[in-house]
Amino acid sequence: MKGARAMSIKIALAGNPNCGKTTLFNALTGSNQFVGNWPGVTVEKKEGKLKGHKDVTIVDLPGIYSLSPYTLEEVVARNYLLEEKPDAILNIVDGTNIERNLYLSTQLMELGIPVIMAVNMLDVLEKTGDELHIKQLSQKLGCEVIGISALKGLGIKEVAEKAVGLAKSKKIGSFKHEFDLRVENVLKAIEKKIEGEIPLKERRFFAIKLLERDEKIAAQMKKVPDLSEEIKKLEEDMEDDTESIITNERYSYISSIIGSCYKKKGQGKLTVSDKLDKVLTNRYLALPIFALIMFLVYYVSVTTVGTWATDWANEGVFGEGWSLFGLTVPGIPVLVEAGLSAIGCAAWLQGLILDGIVGGVGAVLGFVPQMLILFLFLAFLEACGYMARVAFIMDRLFRKFGLSGKSFIPMLIGSGCGVPGIMASRTIESDRDRKMTIMTTTFVPCGAKLPIIALIAGALFDGAWWVAPSAYFVGIMAIICSGIILKKTQMFAGDPAPFVMELPSYHMPTVENLLRSMWERGWSFIKKAGTIILVSSIVIWFMSYFGFVDGQFRMLEDMELGNSVLALLGSSISWLFIPLGWGDWQSAVAAITGLVAKENVVGTFGILYGFAEVAEDGSEIWGTLASSMSGLAGYSFLVFNLLCAPCFAAIGAIKREMNNTKWFWFAIGYQTVFAYLVSLCVYQWGMLLTQGTFTIGTLAALLITFLFIYLLVKPYKEGSYLERKKTMELK
Amino acid sequence: MKTLRQIACGEEVTVKKITGEGPVKRRIMDMGITKGVNIFVRKVAPLGDPVEITVRGYELSIRKADAEMIEVE
Repeated sequence: MKGARAMSIKIALAGNPNCGKTTLFNALTGSNQFVGNWPGVTVEKKEGKLKGHKDVTIVDLPGIYSLSPYTLEEVVARNYLLEEKPDAILNIVDGTNIERNLYLSTQLMELGIPVIMAVNMLDVLEKTGDELHIKQLSQKLGCEVIGISALKGLGIKEVAEKAVGLAKSKKIGSFKHEFDLRVENVLKAIEKKIEGEIPLKERRFFAIKLLERDEKIAAQMKKVPDLSEEIKKLEEDMEDDTESIITNERYSYISSIIGSCYKKKGQGKLTVSDKLDKVLTNRYLALPIFALIMFLVYYVSVTTVGTWATDWANEGVFGEGWSLFGLTVPGIPVLVEAGLSAIGCAAWLQGLILDGIVGGVGAVLGFVPQMLILFLFLAFLEACGYMARVAFIMDRLFRKFGLSGKSFIPMLIGSGCGVPGIMASRTIESDRDRKMTIMTTTFVPCGAKLPIIALIAGALFDGAWWVAPSAYFVGIMAIICSGIILKKTQMFAGDPAPFVMELPSYHMPTVENLLRSMWERGWSFIKKAGTIILVSSIVIWFMSYFGFVDGQFRMLEDMELGNSVLALLGSSISWLFIPLGWGDWQSAVAAITGLVAKENVVGTFGILYGFAEVAEDGSEIWGTLASSMSGLAGYSFLVFNLLCAPCFAAIGAIKREMNNTKWFWFAIGYQTVFAYLVSLCVYQWGMLLTQGTFTIGTLAALLITFLFIYLLVKPYKEGSYLERKKTMELK
Repeated sequence: MKTLRQIACGEEVTVKKITGEGPVKRRIMDMGITKGVNIFVRKVAPLGDPVEITVRGYELSIRKADAEMIEVE
């Protein structure tokens, strides 16, 4: 076993975003993949065994443009290469965009790891008539170069074999890239200074990074030599900072070599992609087309097919049953119930299995069909290149609130269901924008919150027309205000998201890639979000069906919720909500059951008011509710339930996407505290304005309001870099 | 000195200097906007920001605020 491990080979797949890296990875590994996350961060990690080589692992690094220390993806990739030291790097390069792609290559070649280059998109080059001389390129770079087409499957076997051969031979190429003589002299001096600590292979990389004043690399070294003198002299000499000197040098080097290897034929001619882009991002047409595409996505994945799928899963498979070509297939709970009754299972166990476990699993899986439909759309929009245009079109609107233009999609989907909405945030590259989107998406009233709105509007406002729109208004304002406030906090401050984004050429994705992406995301939801949803469903089930009746702890009937542990819990925390206007225990219990699923709020009120079953909008209990709650208190209750921590399924999705316990609790805590404060202000201000009552609560509301306004208007400077470093360290 | 921000759509310019410092500057340069490179300003987003440019044979979008850091001729 030990010997086998020593033989195993690791090859890192590195390249720019949009260069066909995923397609190549899929072609190399087939179905033999493990998808996870890089430890502690939201960046996805993929690994797979090379087809036909059980002992060769391919590690798919995040798509990056450079090995700079600034973006999360770059740091993750860099640390992997430096710390894990793969046996070889397979550098995939987009042949249609060779100049910028080679920029990363020049950096990869300095790491002291064998590099082999695969120039992708040969098929596209052939079509456009551009010429790329691979042999010449290989000679100039001093590294093996192989032309491939990941899409058509050309050259993949060859490149894989050569990469394995290279990894086995451990031969580091004789890379010919040299900087300006003045830079080279300084680099030699630095290399000399770090001789004692850094092995020869990696010395050049470390020297360059130290010259660039890369603090992350310096932090990895035991002894950092003082280079201020050398750096200062070089910067004066070349009239630029060292980081820029190195970047400039790299690009001039690339320009000098590709002149003879690359001939562009179709210069000036518009490609199909250009023509398409002319329409899709046209000054006047872009927004209508965007609206149309979004409508389509929403209509299919939320309104029509998505709802059918969810209803089928929730009410059919995990409900009464469903019909297959006229045949009635009983739902899983029905089957389980029949099975349990047949073997004479105890009532409490039956309850636990049926309502707790099967119900909990149903809550996890019920969302999956709808999610898969949405993920298919997202995969298509991303892979074809339109998603980058979405960011381009919407950026101006969203960046003011600390969000990305791509945040529009999670929020739109969130108005149907928050769970796929949160999962859709995966498409946002910037870590900060993504976290902000995850935290605020569930402020948008989702479909399950509509019954609560209907209940409050019907019971307390005579079904007034404005209640529902105002709920959406509250949700959108909550997003905007949270964005503005949060982006100024220490946790988000600084971490700059320079919006310098590539707009890749449009191309048709392969069906295989789309399905794979769809399934990966769906599966990661089931796996990572599933546990938390299941456990919390069981806990809440237990608390609702067990309690003290006449001093005896026992299992309860359906209508005895009032005696349950949950009711006990509700009454013990209900005082918390007195300042919000709804301090009765029933409301507190309803808010807790809302965590299982928001529509449960209505049903819980029904049971607590003595109705075994109520309509979706709870019309049976409107009278009772109206007598126990004022309109203002009801609205405050509504606002709290709209904004507070979402249902367990969405909480699970947040946990999955944050992939960090601290951030997860921060998100849930922020949502709940924010909801509490807003509801408090709504109630107290309302009381002051309508009744003229002034209490300690009013004072608190006044203070909160002022603090809120202060936080909103507090000046904010984008990207204060010193702070940024602190937050990066924190993560 | 003109900056990229002031360049109208359809014009081609040459980069003279990148001002500023830190991650944004590095990112701009990483993406291939370095001294002496040609930039073609393709279009402005429907809401007026960002702009789309062609540099080193590919399309890049950049915010006007960041485009101010790029001095051109």
